[in-house]
Amino acid sequence: MNVLVEIRGVTKTYRRGGEIIEVLHGIDLDIPRGDFVALMGPSGSGKTTLLNLIGGLDTPTSGTITVDGQRIDRLGGGDLARWRAAHVGFVFQFYNLLPVLSAQRNVELPLLLTRLSAAERRRHAEIALALVGLRERAKHKPKELSGGQEQRVAIARAIVSDPTLLVCDEPTGDLDRATAHEIMLLLQMLNREHGKTIVMVTHDPKAAGYARRGLRLDKGTLAVTNDLAAS
Amino acid sequence: MKYLPLVWSQLFRRKTRTVLTLLSVLVAFLLFGLLQAVQIAFESGADSADAKRLLTTARYSIIEPLPMSYALRMERVQGVVAVAYADWFGAKYQNESNAFAVFAVDPARYLDMYPEFEIAPAQREAFMKTRTGAVAGKRLMDRYGWKVGQKLPISSEIHAKTDGSLDWEFDLVGVFDAEDPAVRANTDVVLINVAYFDEARQSGRGKTGWYITRIADADQARTIAADVDRLFMNSPDETKTAPEKEFAVGFAKQIGDLGALVTRILLAVFFTILILTGNTMAQAIRERIPELAILKTLGFSNVTVTALVLGEAALLLGIGATLGMLTAVSIIPGLNSATGGRFPPLFVHAETFVLAAVVALALALAVGLPPALRVHRLRIVEALAGHR
Repeated sequence: MNVLVEIRGVTKTYRRGGEIIEVLHGIDLDIPRGDFVALMGPSGSGKTTLLNLIGGLDTPTSGTITVDGQRIDRLGGGDLARWRAAHVGFVFQFYNLLPVLSAQRNVELPLLLTRLSAAERRRHAEIALALVGLRERAKHKPKELSGGQEQRVAIARAIVSDPTLLVCDEPTGDLDRATAHEIMLLLQMLNREHGKTIVMVTHDPKAAGYARRGLRLDKGTLAVTNDLAAS
Repeated sequence: MKYLPLVWSQLFRRKTRTVLTLLSVLVAFLLFGLLQAVQIAFESGADSADAKRLLTTARYSIIEPLPMSYALRMERVQGVVAVAYADWFGAKYQNESNAFAVFAVDPARYLDMYPEFEIAPAQREAFMKTRTGAVAGKRLMDRYGWKVGQKLPISSEIHAKTDGSLDWEFDLVGVFDAEDPAVRANTDVVLINVAYFDEARQSGRGKTGWYITRIADADQARTIAADVDRLFMNSPDETKTAPEKEFAVGFAKQIGDLGALVTRILLAVFFTILILTGNTMAQAIRERIPELAILKTLGFSNVTVTALVLGEAALLLGIGATLGMLTAVSIIPGLNSATGGRFPPLFVHAETFVLAAVVALALALAVGLPPALRVHRLRIVEALAGHR
């Protein structure tokens, strides 16, 4: 098994007032390359915290996180930012597009951090938008798009720099059932046809059903593992 | 440059707010450009002053005339190289609003005294030889469309001719100019030949307004000035001699300490702009915290995101300052026309543009740094909470 994400003994504590709260208690987890993992659990169980750690948005209090052979728990702010730019694509529940930029410019944003020329950035963005079926909407601003289209643009932005890992936080949480289905099929396509490793937090068992396997977090502990693809 | 479209889009996300802020910055820099021009115009005499020139006026009032015969005596003072003199004519051209300076001078003495005034040798010669001759600064020539060779009819507010008429006519035989902008500001003047003027005027013959003395050594200016004044002490026409720069500064101060006044006005204006744009920037950034957190999520470093915020402030101040200065430049010719030559001509110096750029940059840093530092410290996880 070719492990892409290796998590060992990870804990995460927060200080709230004078109280120290441990959100994650010694998580051990391997995510193979090409996997599509749905991370579920009740509110406050630590799903998003774990996702933040895997995506390099936060650092663990203790333990190690290795992604594609690199110990990201040891990286500082600037190095971690560069690592995220090169290796991770993010998809959020509320899309988080920049409202003043067109779909095309939103998708190009991660490429501003590369050495690509303006023409190359434009071409890469066009390809990403074509992949999510929105090439003809490239000039539209987010407010001119439907929720589903906005999420497609967000997915195009997440994949435009060809990252190793896609981190999705409730990607269908703000969408109706039919649109959610389309988005999940898109993520599934990216996983199956383009080999993207996806870690997705969701409350929705239907959305989780599109993943290859499901993980359940409960009170900061990894509780149950389901092989959803098999079921 | 690749970040410019992003910074531009962010700046104009709330167009009305940005345009209003830009307008206030524009007005501030318009005021800056105009007030600097006024200050420079009134101080240009001092700027173009020559350390080797002294000015001599009547001791108790600069409007009291002095005998022309003083020239020969002043020339004999040790350290004096040359002496020239000039008299105020008080001119109007065609109507009341076309007023400018006209000096009655000995052509050779005066033009030798001011070598920075450039005039063609043949025209200089013509000025010296033509008793009714006059030469004019190029800006005046351009303003009134005068041509060398024409008659120049001007009225005096002070000097009547022997027939009682205040209307004079001179032959315009030459034009002079200067390359240095500070000197050029002093060329809005017509020089007339004192030989004809003195002979044709009804009263005040043999008198002149002030003397200009060239000395060999600038370090000896005070000593020579004292020697000159001592020469005429206890005479009916006592003198007061001072270095040209001191005289020019003193003259400018007669209308108030313009420099201090301008500085205080501009400080008040820019302080207001600081508060206004600072508030606008802080509000704009506060509204966009989740978006800035997204940029960080995508891999934009703290330094890059901080630079984007500072760039936005710099763009706002830069556009406003540029538009303000351009507006100042575009309306100054109209102001110069409106004053009809009663005031020194206004123009925006290259130094004023540099100063405007420095002020704009300083303001950009002052208004951009607080929100930029806030963004620098922004923790992605906290900023995104509730916006995922």
